[in-house]
Amino acid sequence: MTLAKRIIPCLDVDEGRVVKGVKFLDIRDAGDPVEIARRYDQAGADEITFLDITASSDERETLVQVVEAVAAEVFMPLTVGGGIRTPADIRRMLNAGADKVGINTAAIHNPEFVREAAERFGSQCIVVAIDAKRVNGDDEPPRWEVFTHGGRRQTGIDAVEWARRMADLGAGEILLTSMDRDGTREGFDLALTRAVSDAVTIPVIASGGVGGLQHLVDGVVEGGADAVLAASIFHFGEYTVAEAKAFMAGQGVAVRRQEET
Amino acid sequence: MATIAVIDYGMGNLRSVAKALEHVDDRSRIVVTHDPAEIRRADRVVLPGVGAIRECMAELRRLELDAVIHEVARNKPFLGVCLGMQALLTASEENGGMDALGVLPGQVRHFASGFADVGIAPPGKVPHMGWNQVRQARPHPLWQGIADHSWFYFVHSYFVPLLDDGLTAGVTHYGLDFTAVVARENIFATQFHPEKSQGAGLELLANFTRWNGTV
Repeated sequence: MTLAKRIIPCLDVDEGRVVKGVKFLDIRDAGDPVEIARRYDQAGADEITFLDITASSDERETLVQVVEAVAAEVFMPLTVGGGIRTPADIRRMLNAGADKVGINTAAIHNPEFVREAAERFGSQCIVVAIDAKRVNGDDEPPRWEVFTHGGRRQTGIDAVEWARRMADLGAGEILLTSMDRDGTREGFDLALTRAVSDAVTIPVIASGGVGGLQHLVDGVVEGGADAVLAASIFHFGEYTVAEAKAFMAGQGVAVRRQEET
Repeated sequence: MATIAVIDYGMGNLRSVAKALEHVDDRSRIVVTHDPAEIRRADRVVLPGVGAIRECMAELRRLELDAVIHEVARNKPFLGVCLGMQALLTASEENGGMDALGVLPGQVRHFASGFADVGIAPPGKVPHMGWNQVRQARPHPLWQGIADHSWFYFVHSYFVPLLDDGLTAGVTHYGLDFTAVVARENIFATQFHPEKSQGAGLELLANFTRWNGTV
């Protein structure tokens, strides 16, 4: 009996539709967040994360409707990130049925927002998302900084220090994305994951770079992550969540498998 | 038509429980309410909750729900969830020490002090967040159709130690054994979130909607 390491599929949502195509077998509507969430629920995903990439804030309200629709049908933990800037944004998402919200840029502009949010809504629902990138050469001890704007804008903030500070302010979890690895399929930045995981006492979700099942195991075993977030390897039907869990279990990682229930 | 009142004291994602109940039960009317009269009229009552105990107790008292909860917890089928379970106990270490409702005897502790007491290193991160297994410590109508050691979703930094007098109806291990379910007579309260625990969680909620409050 032990706490299972979690597998979290992440879906990018633009104006209420899932983008970067999900290519499950026989899915009727690859853009429908409700159907995709339902499929991941059946497949044994441990949580689901929606990342709102809608550019215009006018269209953001559609995400609230998406969350409502998904939460009415899928009874697993649901995280929503993207564009969360005020306590009112958090309240709206929680009321719609989200369990956690991801805060990223707003924390950089105003770290006290994290404290305020944690005190008001509870640490358990505050996930601080950190986009980190290595800023020095391979011959030096690694150093990573927090980046914004999809990895284009350097903030000068040390990523490991930032994670520690966010945890101190009341974050309940860190979603750590390596911007060096994101989209590369080369695996997580394990040194980064390990550095952050060792620096904080709250759970860390590793993200960015998953290209195969061994990467998931490495994120947990070598990176020390409590959960692994992945998109393309599941969306494109390369692997099912069940296959990923069977592989992880075979490598000695504790996972929740439905056949055991 | 039977009514299930989900007590709304303005904290966290209380509607998830209502949505999950609606999903498993189309014979009952689910009301999310803080109206004492409506709670008294209901056939079954749910006290959900996430967040911090201080805010929770302050809101329950401000809305004058503490007396109502004591009253309905005497006879109606009553389900507490997460903080709603912890609030039923005597007191919590959280927020520097807080008296809770005292419906059931028991203390709520922080994992850090729990681990220190038994002299073990933390087995992992706190909060205890994610899926863990629950051993059914004794038979109960709400366990019907749910396999022993089923997985449920937890998120909490405070825990309830194992309780005397058979009050612990479910046990989970995270460095130490703790109470995942406390049950007495018409009360069943879970540290985990059945409304977020997929199949097993929905089964438990469905059992609750049919439960007459006897064991």
